[in-house]
Amino acid sequence: MWELDAKPVLLWSDALVFMLVAVLTTFFYRLRNDPQSRERWSQVFSSRLGMVTFTIIMVYVGVALLDSLHFRRALPPPDGVETNEVFYDNKVTSVLDVMLDGMGDRFERTYSAPFALKSFEKSNMKDEQGNMVRDFDWLEHAGQHLAEPAHRWPDVLRLSAIALGWGLLASAVVVGLQWRLLRNSVYPWYASWTVQTSVICFMVWLVYISHYYHVLGTDQGGTDVAYQSIKGIRTGVLLGTLSTLVMLPIAVTLGVMAGYFKGWVDDVVQYLYTTLSSIPGILLIAASVLLFQVYIDLNPDFFSVGMEKADARFIALCFILGLTSWSSLCRLIRAETLKISQLGYVQAAHAFGVSHTRILARHILPNVVHIILITFVLDFSALVLAEAVLSYIGVGIDPSMGSWGNMINGARTELSREPAVWWTLTGAFFFMFVLVLAANLFSDLVRDAFDPRSSSGRSEA
Amino acid sequence: MLAYIIRRLIYAIPILIGVNLLTFTLFFVVNSPDDMAASQLGDKYVTPEAIANWKRKNGYDKPLFLNDDASGVAALTDTIFFTKSVRLFAFDFGRSESGRDITTDVSTRMWPSLAVALPSFAIGIWVNICVALMVVMFRATALDRWAVFVFVALMSISYLFYIIGGQYLVAKQWMLVPISGFDPDFKPWKFLILPVLVSVVSGIGSGARWYRTLFLEEAGQDYVRTARAKGASEISILFKHILPNALIPILTGIVVLIPSLFMGSLLIESFFGIPGLGSYMLDAIRSQDFAIVRTMVFIGSILYILGLILTDISYTWADPRVRLS
Repeated sequence: MWELDAKPVLLWSDALVFMLVAVLTTFFYRLRNDPQSRERWSQVFSSRLGMVTFTIIMVYVGVALLDSLHFRRALPPPDGVETNEVFYDNKVTSVLDVMLDGMGDRFERTYSAPFALKSFEKSNMKDEQGNMVRDFDWLEHAGQHLAEPAHRWPDVLRLSAIALGWGLLASAVVVGLQWRLLRNSVYPWYASWTVQTSVICFMVWLVYISHYYHVLGTDQGGTDVAYQSIKGIRTGVLLGTLSTLVMLPIAVTLGVMAGYFKGWVDDVVQYLYTTLSSIPGILLIAASVLLFQVYIDLNPDFFSVGMEKADARFIALCFILGLTSWSSLCRLIRAETLKISQLGYVQAAHAFGVSHTRILARHILPNVVHIILITFVLDFSALVLAEAVLSYIGVGIDPSMGSWGNMINGARTELSREPAVWWTLTGAFFFMFVLVLAANLFSDLVRDAFDPRSSSGRSEA
Repeated sequence: MLAYIIRRLIYAIPILIGVNLLTFTLFFVVNSPDDMAASQLGDKYVTPEAIANWKRKNGYDKPLFLNDDASGVAALTDTIFFTKSVRLFAFDFGRSESGRDITTDVSTRMWPSLAVALPSFAIGIWVNICVALMVVMFRATALDRWAVFVFVALMSISYLFYIIGGQYLVAKQWMLVPISGFDPDFKPWKFLILPVLVSVVSGIGSGARWYRTLFLEEAGQDYVRTARAKGASEISILFKHILPNALIPILTGIVVLIPSLFMGSLLIESFFGIPGLGSYMLDAIRSQDFAIVRTMVFIGSILYILGLILTDISYTWADPRVRLS
């Protein structure tokens, strides 16, 4: 059992993720108990599109959570040394890595094309007579079981058929269980089940076939591209949610206070967000990240494993993105609060002598929740896209931490090779596109349900 | 009108001071000049003399806010805050950490930026409005729904994909234009086509979707029904009735961006090798040249505030009912 000889590692970002899950669960639980928002949610989930996009988002979130359960494997004691002390691997592994069954451990020397048997670049090797020749070397982890290279494509088909069988079996179990529970539900669950079946089949196929081939090839360092793309999910999902979560309390508190108390409070808040939004966002982010980087470089003793350093930079990035992006939501909430506090029931509450805190909590906050919700989903997709841009500029995720931005950044000039190295970019862009598209479509549905007269929903990156 | 503009300009001063204080805090209080010297010199074990030398050479060897050694006004002026931050107000940008004159750099690099940004901006708006009007013509049909889906899909594609894909397809495969580069005197248009095309295409998704909602809102108004009742053609309703009335929200969104066109685009310029302010900023960020970053933050905020004032002025032009006072 690997649980016994492993030491769990709790990175800061992991702790934040699980806190986040707890917060969101309570938030949605409370929304569920409110009849009005129940009705609105049921509008979202009555559409097939809502079901499909929600399932896709949940799959990404699930992968991100599995990738957040970290541990360090115990190493076998060095040969010939009798000791009771256990040494742990310096490399931090996650549950997802275990589920992917060593997909990330099958390294090659350098680039190789999807399903290739030979390396992309020539290297020096010896032929039968012992002469040095330059030729394409065989890969170490692709097609080892083939007797004849020409058998490759029939073999891929055969393996795919086996994998598909297993995939269908697994999804039959998963979907069957849900069908038992939900067959009388009014919601179009079959749309969700279709997505689940496809995702399960795809994942089973990917893990199975990765034992024999590199499905999306390998990158310059010889790492499997499909593995990297999947590892990028955690970074993307976390960055999107954590940054928004940092931004929400600031934006909501300041916005509600400005709109409710007016006067000098309003002046101060308006001054703050005008000042902040007049600074070019990308420069502010870049400057803050650089300054934090200087701090990390000068204090290297704070972090015991390399991954903790990357993790610290990641959390700092989330905070910086959150702290620099609250102005637009704050403006929206301020305007809405201004409008609500003129309404009769708030005036009546005043007349009855209800305290400010109580009015804010009972009458104002519940009525701006829809703005928060819509912003949450919209900002999420914008942040996932922004990560790639920031990594290109050089102020993004630490290069040692897998992310789509770093993959794109590493491979952006490789299309100009002959033949072009297209697979790294394809992998990163595809996984990113699916997540962002699902989030964008879902946010449209949420907005239609919660804010029917909305036209202000312009999404600015 | 003039009084209004002057008042708005005066309001801008506290905001600029705020920007200045914020950047100052970021650059000098969070990380002391000693930290910066150590990271610029690039060695963890730099000698104190080397740090002192670097600080003296770049003018960081002064107290932050108040100089106790100097007397009178010099106590305030002979400080880092005054020499590095307050000077910006007089458009005295000083020298970059590598010793180049920032003012000269900015004034020469502004024009290539504008050469790319202005056509991208103008053509982009024109294309987006045309596409949106076309979709609005088919409102409430399957075509409309699919168009919205396509817009959302286009929005979900990373900007980097548009750039990399455009370079690969248009420049490498079809060999229609050079992949990157810039030539101010000789045939600059050859180098401009691809960057402009990429920025226009990448903007269609979010742009056309936004204009569509604006037009649809107007299309539900009473005056549109009246126009249709009196027998106006669909084309004339779109162009004569809906478009002018949707102008106000459109102006709110776009006029504020016009002054910032001078700043150029970070990504486009660096991918296409255009020597504008965008690539200038990127180089500064990558070489950690904080003097340039500070200057660009200042210029950027001035241009943004200018954009806000221009937006207000443009309202009076678009809607005769609006009076500035």
